[in-house]
Amino acid sequence: MAEKPKVAFYWCGSCGGCEEAVVDLAEDLLTVAEAVDIVLWPVAMDFKKQDVEALPDGAITASFINGTVRLSEHEEWVKLLRRKSQLVFAFGSCAHLGGIPGLANLSNREEIFRWYYKEGPTVHNPDGHEPTPEFRQNGYAFELPEFWNTARALDQVIEVDYYIPGCPPPAHIVKDAVMALLQGQLPPKGSVLAGSRALCHECPLNETKPEKLLLKDLKRPHEVIPKPDECLLAQGLLCLGPVTRGGCGALCINAHMPCTGCFGPLDHIRDFGAKGLGALASIVDFQDEDDIERALEKIPDPVGTFFKYSLPASLVQRRNMGGKTS
Amino acid sequence: MSAYEPKIVGIFCNWCAYTAADLAGISRMKYAPNVRIIRVMCSGRFDPQMVFWAFKHGADGVLIAGCHPGDCHYQEGNYKALRRYKLLQKLLDQLGIERERVRLEWISASEGEKVKQVIDEMTETLRRLGPLKIQEAPGEEAAAAPAAGGGHHG
Repeated sequence: MAEKPKVAFYWCGSCGGCEEAVVDLAEDLLTVAEAVDIVLWPVAMDFKKQDVEALPDGAITASFINGTVRLSEHEEWVKLLRRKSQLVFAFGSCAHLGGIPGLANLSNREEIFRWYYKEGPTVHNPDGHEPTPEFRQNGYAFELPEFWNTARALDQVIEVDYYIPGCPPPAHIVKDAVMALLQGQLPPKGSVLAGSRALCHECPLNETKPEKLLLKDLKRPHEVIPKPDECLLAQGLLCLGPVTRGGCGALCINAHMPCTGCFGPLDHIRDFGAKGLGALASIVDFQDEDDIERALEKIPDPVGTFFKYSLPASLVQRRNMGGKTS
Repeated sequence: MSAYEPKIVGIFCNWCAYTAADLAGISRMKYAPNVRIIRVMCSGRFDPQMVFWAFKHGADGVLIAGCHPGDCHYQEGNYKALRRYKLLQKLLDQLGIERERVRLEWISASEGEKVKQVIDEMTETLRRLGPLKIQEAPGEEAAAAPAAGGGHHG
């Protein structure tokens, strides 16, 4: 029998939801596990870094890496996996675009440490300890990974061959990607393995989307119980369906929640958040400056709304802090 | 003396602002040479992506100029620009980019003088603010801290 393809899973700065997404394959996971030889999966199996280092370069057929690159340790691991792998898949929104942890790019290390180790209301840290890369006690030296100022998407650190989008990627997207890999039917490198049209095209409410969308009154999700049978944008809820890549099956819409953009941009969009902001701001149905400003008060946090998953991969990448980011 | 000269990208609508810039030229008005004007068919064509793209590639400011309210050749393009601009301003606050770096002006085809005034003003404002540096090479910290590539600290 021919040797099975070797596959690695790794997590960087992530919540664990992407690991859950792998388990969501349910019975199909058994088929996948049967077809491949898993050489690394920190959440589920006991392999060490030496095990990976011992493999010849290129020995791993594919590495699936999730999470944002936030620590020196992440960077070391993904560079190691890149060297050992023929293909690297950025798995989930964080690896694809920077993800929700990427919103930390509104701060830097100093601000984050100050809040979480000193000033936060629930912090009790009278000696003012905070993480340092080196630490000595009783004659022993300990090392911690460095915490970077800027969280990064995976392709800002290593070359990425494919992207599996989603927060987390739905099971059918994961399954399709794995099957394409096993059957040698992967599209051109650099592809995002999901739909190629906007979410609106597959949205069950698309028929109720008006030809011309104009709104006087934007609504935030906690303010309304949406009608289940009308386009959420038409109801005043900011839905990013028009600019977001489809392929998820409109999961959030089916749960009566607007799309927040976890599948990221369509191929022709360079900056997802900027595009989303441009597309949705123009539907505010006022011409007077003050009226427009009042209507836009319903978007108190534009970064969190439009760059929820993509700040590190955006054109600006992070908040401008006058050079205090390195 | 500082050698800094602000770079402004102008996004001017075909029907009013660009024509006004032409008029300013024909009338031999002198204004700051810091703006690079790109003609678009309508200020409603302005997309926040363009602003960030310009910033990323070295612009210090972006000036969007279109027809006065009510005068849009396409009825409402300039209102769309205004709405985007208003939300973009809030976004700029969060991103630590001064609001003055993006300016929206209504300039009719006959207002060559206003082209001059706005460009001169904005150039002065940007001179005061200094250069915008948002370019952050990926891996900037790899250079700052030797830890990144090698695996250990220091």
